[in-house]
This record gives sequence, C-alpha cells and structure tokens, in this order.
Amino acid sequence: MLAALQARAAATARPGRVSLQLLHKGARGVRSSDARASSAVQPAQPSQPAAVSAVVQLDEAGFAVLPKELPSMRGVDFKQELDPRYAETIEVIIDGHPVQVQKGSSLIQACEQVGIQVPRFCYHERLSVAGNCRMCLVEIEKAPKPVAACAMPAAPGMKVFTNSPIVKKAREGVMEFLLANHPLDCPICDQGGECDLQDQSLFFGSDRGRTTESRRGVEDKNLGPLVKTVMTRCIHCTRCVRFATEVAGVDELGTVGRGNAMEIGTYVERMLDSEISGNIVDLCPVGALTSKPYAFTARPWELRSVESIDVLDGYGSNIRVDTRGGEVMRILPRLNEDINEEWISDKTRFAYDGLKRQRLDTPLIRPDPEMPLQPATWKDALTLVAQKFKATPGARIGAFAGPLADVESMLALKDLCNAFDSEAIHCDVPAGPLADCRAAYTLGSTIAGVEEADAVLLLSTDLKREAPLLNARLRRRVYHDGVRVASVGPRVPLTYEYEHLGDSVSQLLELANGTHPFCKVLAGAQRPLVLVGTGAYERTDARGVAWAVQKLVTSVPALIQDGWLGFGTVQPTAAAVGALDLGLTPLASSAAAGVGASDGAIAEPLGLVYLLGYDSIDLDRLSPDAFVVYQGHHGDVGAETADVVLPGSAYTEKVGTYANMEGRAQRTARAVSPPGEARDDWKILRAISELAGKPLPYAGVDGIRERLAAVAPQLADGTESIHAVSPDIAKAMLAVRASDKFDFDTKTPFASCIDNFYMTDAISRASTTMASCTKAFAK
Amino acid sequence: MLLSRAARVERPAALALTRAFSTGRVHGGLKDEDRIFTNLYCDGSPFLDGAMKRGDWYRTKDLVQLGPERIIGEIKRSGLRGRGGAGFPSGLKWSFMPKNNTDKPQYLVVNADESEPGTCKDREIMRHDPHKLIEGCLVAGSAMRANAAYIYIRGEFVYEAAVLERAVAEAYKAGLLGKNACGSGIDFDVHVHRGGGAYICGEETGLIESLEGKTGKPRLKPPFPANAGLYGCPTTVTNVETVAVSPTILRRGGDWFASFGRKNNSGTKLFCISGHVNNPITVEEEMSIPLRELLEKHCGGVRGGWDNLLAVIPGGSSVPVMTKAVCDDVLMDFDALKEVGSGLGTAAVTVFDKSTDIVAAIGRLSKFYAHESCGQCTPCREGTTWMNKIMDRMVTGDAKLEEIDMLYEISQQIEGHTICALGDAAAWPVQGLIRAFRPEMEARIMKKAAGKL
Repeated sequence: MLAALQARAAATARPGRVSLQLLHKGARGVRSSDARASSAVQPAQPSQPAAVSAVVQLDEAGFAVLPKELPSMRGVDFKQELDPRYAETIEVIIDGHPVQVQKGSSLIQACEQVGIQVPRFCYHERLSVAGNCRMCLVEIEKAPKPVAACAMPAAPGMKVFTNSPIVKKAREGVMEFLLANHPLDCPICDQGGECDLQDQSLFFGSDRGRTTESRRGVEDKNLGPLVKTVMTRCIHCTRCVRFATEVAGVDELGTVGRGNAMEIGTYVERMLDSEISGNIVDLCPVGALTSKPYAFTARPWELRSVESIDVLDGYGSNIRVDTRGGEVMRILPRLNEDINEEWISDKTRFAYDGLKRQRLDTPLIRPDPEMPLQPATWKDALTLVAQKFKATPGARIGAFAGPLADVESMLALKDLCNAFDSEAIHCDVPAGPLADCRAAYTLGSTIAGVEEADAVLLLSTDLKREAPLLNARLRRRVYHDGVRVASVGPRVPLTYEYEHLGDSVSQLLELANGTHPFCKVLAGAQRPLVLVGTGAYERTDARGVAWAVQKLVTSVPALIQDGWLGFGTVQPTAAAVGALDLGLTPLASSAAAGVGASDGAIAEPLGLVYLLGYDSIDLDRLSPDAFVVYQGHHGDVGAETADVVLPGSAYTEKVGTYANMEGRAQRTARAVSPPGEARDDWKILRAISELAGKPLPYAGVDGIRERLAAVAPQLADGTESIHAVSPDIAKAMLAVRASDKFDFDTKTPFASCIDNFYMTDAISRASTTMASCTKAFAK
Repeated sequence: MLLSRAARVERPAALALTRAFSTGRVHGGLKDEDRIFTNLYCDGSPFLDGAMKRGDWYRTKDLVQLGPERIIGEIKRSGLRGRGGAGFPSGLKWSFMPKNNTDKPQYLVVNADESEPGTCKDREIMRHDPHKLIEGCLVAGSAMRANAAYIYIRGEFVYEAAVLERAVAEAYKAGLLGKNACGSGIDFDVHVHRGGGAYICGEETGLIESLEGKTGKPRLKPPFPANAGLYGCPTTVTNVETVAVSPTILRRGGDWFASFGRKNNSGTKLFCISGHVNNPITVEEEMSIPLRELLEKHCGGVRGGWDNLLAVIPGGSSVPVMTKAVCDDVLMDFDALKEVGSGLGTAAVTVFDKSTDIVAAIGRLSKFYAHESCGQCTPCREGTTWMNKIMDRMVTGDAKLEEIDMLYEISQQIEGHTICALGDAAAWPVQGLIRAFRPEMEARIMKKAAGKL
C-alpha cells in the first residue's frame, strides 16, 4: 500500500519540482545533475558504485526517476504508514524545504510528519483542536500575522516558517505570559522533570522573567481520590476538559469564569466519576493535575521503566511499569493503537499499591485444621503437596485457576493434574456453554474493529465498567458516526445514548426469533456487532441463553462474514481467554463454583483442591476433609481457607503470557522481584511434579513455551497478533437446532458480571486507592 | 421636510485641509434628503406606520427579486464597508456565502451586541428605526441566500429589544416576514435573541457560540463562518448599521451611496460623539468629514473651545488615541485614520479636553479589556491583566520609567497572537497612549519618584 502511494506521489510530481526536492534532501538525496551524469554512464562502467547506478535511472524526458521514498528532513525518515483516508499527499514548503505531507493535515501534523516538532500545550492528537495556548504559532508567507499551526490546515504550496524571528518572538511572548501567573514551584511539584512547561520554557522562553506583579491564586478542586489538583499551576490548555467531554463522556469538567479569573473546574462541587479519569494526569502538560497516590513518592529520573501489559481486566492494556528500588512506583499507559491507544483505566493505573499489601511472601502450612497457618520452608510445603497429589485419587483432585493466572502456570497446572489422572481443571470463566468455540468466547471483531461496527447490540453487560476503554471506543463511534446501540441488560449510563430494550430473557428471545424491531437494524447493517457480557452466562438458564444468543447470531448473516466476525464476548478477566484456549473447564454457573464439578453435576467430593490464585471458592460446598492448596500472591479469601499456601508472583514480577478479550497473546515483563520467597508460578507447579514423582517434561521457560506452542499455538508465537477464527468454522460452531427447548428464567434480569469496577481481583481488593475509590464512587 | 437635531446646529465655515489625504472636495454637510436614518431622534413613530411613511418596506418585494447577484453587485458598487469596526467590504463578504448549498440552511446573523465603549449607533437604529434593520435583514438575507436572520441584541438593551421584538411582530403580521415574505416568493424568518451582556459576544464567532447557547468564546478561523458558522451552517455576521443601510442603497442606487466620502471610504455613517463636547450626539454624516467640522458642527464644539482639546479616540475604545495636532485636520474615514495610526472603528468619537487625566482614561480602558477577556487564549488572558496592573501603577506614578517600554512590548506580544481581535483591541489604546503621551507618563513617574505627587 505504502509503496503504491509513494509511487503515485512520485508520478504526479512534476520533473522540475522533483529536482528541487532532491536538492534539499542533503546527503541522502541525489542531485539531479549527478543523476544525469551517472546514468549517462552505462552500467558497463565497472568503477561506478553499484548502489548509485542501481538507484539512479532516467525517465524518457531525461530526468532522474525519484527514489521510492518520501522526502524527509533532518535525517528523520517519514516511515509512518499512510492512512488510506489521507492517501494523497500535497507539497508544503516548511522552513524552505519542499516536503510531501498527507492531504488534510494541519500544519502541526505536517511538521511532525517531516520530523519538526512545533511546541504546543493545548494540542493533542486524540482531542479536538482548541488552539488556545498559542504556543504553536508559525509564520506563513503572506499571512499578516502568525497562525496557530494546530488549527491551520496545510494547503498546497504553503510556505511555512517554524523558526523565523517572528515565530521565535511569538513563542517567547506566549511563554512569558504562561509563566506570568505560574507559581514556579517546580521543586515541590510532582510534574518536575517531565513537565512540558519546564521543557518548553527552557527551549523557547526568555532567560529571565519581567513580571513583578502578584500572581494569581486558584483554589484547588476536589476531583476525587485519584487526581490531585494544584490549580494555581494550570495554564488553561483545556486538555482535561476536552478529554472528559470527548473521550470519557463525562461533562463534569469545564471552564468557569473569564479572563484572568478563568478556572478549570467542576461547575458544582463534584468528583470526576469516570473509570478512565486518571488519563487527565498524563494529559496535563503542567503539574495542575497529578496522581494523588503517587504524590511526593518519586521523581521521574529515579525511576526505571519496564514495558509490560496490564492483567487487571480482560482488555490487555499496554503499560509501562515505573519502579524504584524493587518497588512499583506508578503505572503509565503505553501506546498501542490496536488496544488501549494511549489511555488506561483507573484500575490499571492506580491499583498498583495493592501489589505491596497483603502479599504472600513465604510458604505456609496449617498444621491442624483448627490452627492458624504457620511459616514453612519451600521443601516442607512442596513435599506435603506432592504427597497429597500421590495419595489422592485422580477423580478427587480438582484445580481452579483464578482471574490473574498466566497461560504458562495454567498449562503447568493442567499438565500436573492430568499426570495424576484428574481432568477437573477449572477456570474462573462463566462462559460455560460456549467454551468450545473461540469465536464465541473472544471478541471476534477485535477491539479496534469495534469502531467499524454500524449497529451494536449489548447483552447483559455494563460496558462502561467491564471494559471502559472499549466503551470509549464505542462512544466515539456513536458520536462521530451516529451508530445505533441497543442493550438488553442493566440500565446503566454508558456515556452515550443507547436504546434500552429491556433486561429480561424475553427480549433476547424476541431478538433471537427475529420478532424484535431491533432485528431490522441488525439485518440492515453492513457490520453489525453483538457483544455479550459474561453476566449472561452466570445464570441458572445459561444454556438456554447461550442457545438464544447462538440463534440470534446465526440468524443475522452479516454478523459472520468474510473479514468480519461481529459476535463476541467481553471477557472481564485476563486469564479467561488463555484458560479457555488451553481447554480448562469453565464453571458453568456460580452455583457450581464450590465443588468444582463442571456443569452443575455433583461428582464425588474433592479430596485435593488446588487453587491457583482462585479466590471465589464457595466454602459451604467444600467437603470438610478436602485438602486445600492455595498458590497465589495475595492473602485473599483463597489463602485463608488453605491448608498449604505457596507464594507466587504478581504480574509485575514475572514474565507471563496473557490473552486479552480479543484473543491477543501478550507477555508481561518482570519489573521487580517477587517479595520474600515467592517464586514464579509455573516453576512451583513444576517443582511439585518433580517431588510427586511425575516430572513435567519441561524445565526451562523455552521448554514450557514449546509445550504451549504444541497445545495452543495462538498463544505462543509472541507476535501479539490475533489468530482470527474463520467465518465458516464460526458458523458451524455456532449453529443450533431451533427445536431445542430450554427453561428460561424470565424473572431474573440480565446483570453485569461485575458490580464494583474498582475491586475485581486480589490485587485491586488489596489496594487502598481502590478502596477509597469504592467508597467515593461505587454505588 | 425633516429637521434633525444636527441640522439645527449652525454650520461653521469650511475648514482648510492641509494633509496628504485632502482630496480637494470638503466632505461633510450631509443634506437632509441624503440621510438614511431619518428617524434617528424619534421625531416620528419607530413602528410600522411611521416606517412606512419614511419609505421603508416600499416595494421591498422588487428589491428582493433583484436576486442575490444584482443585490451584491449594487452593494459592491456602493463601496459599503462593514460598519462594525473592521471595515471589510460588505458586498465581498456577502458573496462568500455558498451559492449552491442545498443540504444545510444558511443564516444571516446581525450583530446587535453593541458593547464597544463610546458606541451608541446601533442602539439608536434599533429603538427609533427598527424597520430599517428588519427590512435590511430580508434584503441582505436574500442576497446571501439565507433562510433566516438572527438578531443578537445586547442584553442590556432592554428597551431596544422590546421595540425590535414589536417591530418584528408587526412585520410578520403585515406579511413582510415569514412565508412568502413581502410576496417575494421566498420564506424568511427573523429571530431576536437577547445576549447575556459580555463584550466578547460581539466578536463574530463568540457571538455565534453564544447564540448556540455556549459560553461566548471565539472560535478559531478557519473555518470561517461563511463555511461553518451557526450550528455548523454557512453564516454571515454583520453589524446592524451595515444591514440597515442596504435597502436604501438599493433604492437609491450604489452610485448615490458611493458619491459620499472619499474613494474606498464611501457612504454616510453614523457618528457617536461623546465626552468633552458641548452637545454629545449620534449623528449621520458623510464619510471623510473632517473631525473638527464634525465636532463643531454637530456637537457645539469641544468644551472650552478647540484649543482646550487634549485628545480624541476616533473609533471606539479599541483604536489608538490621537493628539490635538492630529485632530486638527484629520478626516473621519477608514484610510485617513489608519494613516495617522488610529482607526475609524465604529466611528464612536470620544473627546478629551485638557482637564482629562489621559493616563487614567486609557488605564480605565485597560481595566475594561482585562475584565472582558474571555480567558480562552494565553496572550489575551494573561496579557490584558498584566497590562492593566502596569497601567494602574502608571496612573499613580508608581511604575518605573523602563516599564513604559516593557508595557509597549507586552502590548505587542498580545497583538496579532490571539484567537480573536480582542487582544489587538486591548493592545492598541495602550500603544496609542505611549506613542502620543509618553512625556506625560514619564513626567508622572518622575514626579512620584521625587515625592512631588
């Protein structure tokens, strides 16, 4: 695609222009005169450098044929993939250099494309253009005054100067004004060291200030437990306001007052109730909005950053873990256009303090059921567990993997249990009836694909809490393109308008039978999308619901077509897709969770229960003589019930594979060491197998990856790509018999699978920040 | 025969002009039959009966049926320049509206948010001659292919809004507006919208924002309102006076209008003279009238005689102040005032005699702009307040001498760097003060430093 575009751009450029462009390319370009000279020499000349004679060719008119790359400046390559919407390029002359930029770019984007950074505060690629900071003023030839580069569209032949005396003067002036009322309290400001205002005043500001007036003071606002405000530092760029209104869909932030008395604020005293509010901390170019939990804990230059992924929900956001001295200090988003763009949810960002509390850092053994757990050595603990494995018949061994389990440890758990003739390896996923069909338990459309949908049906999901960033994408779709969204499920605010069709099975059945009016909308759409929350399967009539969903999905042809899989489940946990890919048995309903017998059939009581980070065990239904092993990183419910506790590592402490809700396998990175004697999870399981006399056939990380590649290649290739399910397979798997009859529970409404966004797993439950959010926001 | 209050003033001898802008002909002395606003002093009824007597709504159908091209052509021939301050050629501006737009409505928005200190011309039109404006809306609106006109009237104009609303109701009742307005075959609506009373809502895009129900923060341009204005539809925002004169121009011909004033400054104009004159007044006069004649003929001269004149702000608070030496022979039109470093603006002439503390007068204007800045963009938000603080110290003499240069630099840092023209408007009076009255400012600072103040 790119090559074709470049070829077209090259073909449309006139020869006279071509030589000019080449002249400005410096050393890497080829002067047209040289080109003519060298190509006049035929390839027979051996002394001619092969590279040059190969590159330079003449066209019929005798001009050099352009190299197939776009001109670039300052040695920065223009490698950005061209968006097909802006496939055409235009020529703009920036600082005297003719360059090709995408048609439809603003000047600031045009400059960016060729590697020139225009200073800015208010401009942000993902927000609307405000043009109010005036830092990006550039000069355009024949324009009477400097213009804001962020708001001015690039026009063909436009001569732009980004470094002329007028521009420098304008920037210095704006900088002086910005600093005139800024408190300059950098030594006590958390933004210090990563502050746009600091950096840009160093580069573009004057070397001294002239103001002697008293500075403006502004009362700080209470935005809740996450975002700390020091509003005197605010430079009124309104990024936070635009993020809140445009991306997060909450109208609480705005500007009040005018002139010098203008403030960013909530119109009435109100906290910022959004699951993605923390992003305004990243957006704020100064220290007006900073992270409350991170306040005064570290300076950016003390931190070591590790690129990792988040596992606290099923979204798989890409994150950067900042650590200092073996401690996670903060978590920031990392750019991934396919998943989280550059946002992360508040749980992802702020739950990290849960990593430091309630940790299991030494093996524990309960000597007697009546006694508390006692610290033990690894040897004793592992030997005890191995003995139990040997002593318990396979049918009475049951294993449960929790929501934070990585693929490697689940695989080791499965292999270990299988080695002892147990097939009862469960995962904490209620997607029971559809667990065999990857097209059904993943998000077939992919996360980015949600923005291609043109009619959306939500079933039993509170998308804003289950996947806030997915909801933000859908919101963008609704707002920009007017896509119709309907929901059968809880009536909750989703930050955009949607049709609430009801919350009972009856509406689902109407949809499945094609009698509901919304079926027409789905049938008329090019790319319809049905998103099912796992709450739909946490019911006693889960099988019937699944049947109805399948019937609905197969009745709308456009839902499954070539290149579009418009049916998917919004998995709320990071372990879910990996577990189902590995063939772990999902818990059919919460009622069965206690005893571990799948699909509600009560089997023989379990004698050995192995909990891998699993905390939702139903104690009442646990057989009193069952021996419970808990392997995990937090002293949560599971550990309390255990007879043996084996300390594992959290996601920041290990390299583990996780598949997100769209089935994309990604790996976490080890940012810090596990606390105390805690170990990598899969290694603990491997050690048990060794002591139990049936060693697993892999000893190193390569070995387990090899094994993974054998059982689930889609999780092992490490390319972070998605293995799409073919439409034919999806259709075949989802086909149902219309004659099937089920008992439906029309009384129980469809509900979301989570009730408190801020506390969904052992880490977020241990986090004090999440506790204060729960107190402030959870209803 | 109509006798205006202005005409009752005895006419002094024509004044000799010496400057380069002299054209040979002395402008001024507009005859009563050439007045457009014949009810400026409410000699007759402002409502439909009176307006009909004065010739308004006479064969408006034919004017509308001239069609957009011919109306705009006539306006272009008349040389009418926008009366709101910037003086952009009106015919050209109206012609920017899309011609083949079928998917969106188009709007004419009349800027009746007259808030520039010293300016009181639109107010007189709206309370005494509202039908001129309403008829203008129909004519100008049809020339722009607009579907409706919104008159955004300043919130403080309570009485004017009441008169205007009554006049609009009358026009609807008489079939002059609404479906098949005046029998012309086009449907045209006029809505009166009362503003909240912020100076910035008089800025064209700030006004559009305010009209849409948002805070009046000016928009970035491009896109210009002619492409995406009110509710994202093509819109033209024009001043009350510009719209109100257009039917008369069409009736009497562009050439008639162009016969007044110097080239490129043609027409008649409402001048609002306030301050230290014996008879402050709003009067219609020919463009390019000498300032001195304007003051002496219509206002009974400067208080205490011409020699008692200190300075004049010729075009509303945002243009630079002129010293007496300049006032002696300057002509009141766009180009002549630009030439002397000031501007015609809204033609609101504010006269200061020698009793004025000119630093305090301009300081008060700085306070006004600091108060009225919307706070959206940096240079204006920070700069206007900073200038105000320095000006406050200049007034008391507590500043330092070098701060005068700094003040000038700050004003230049604002000028041309803001989203809208309020930044420029705040900068110019201060620049004008420093250019014209620097010795005054220095003397005060030195006096204070010497303990004599």
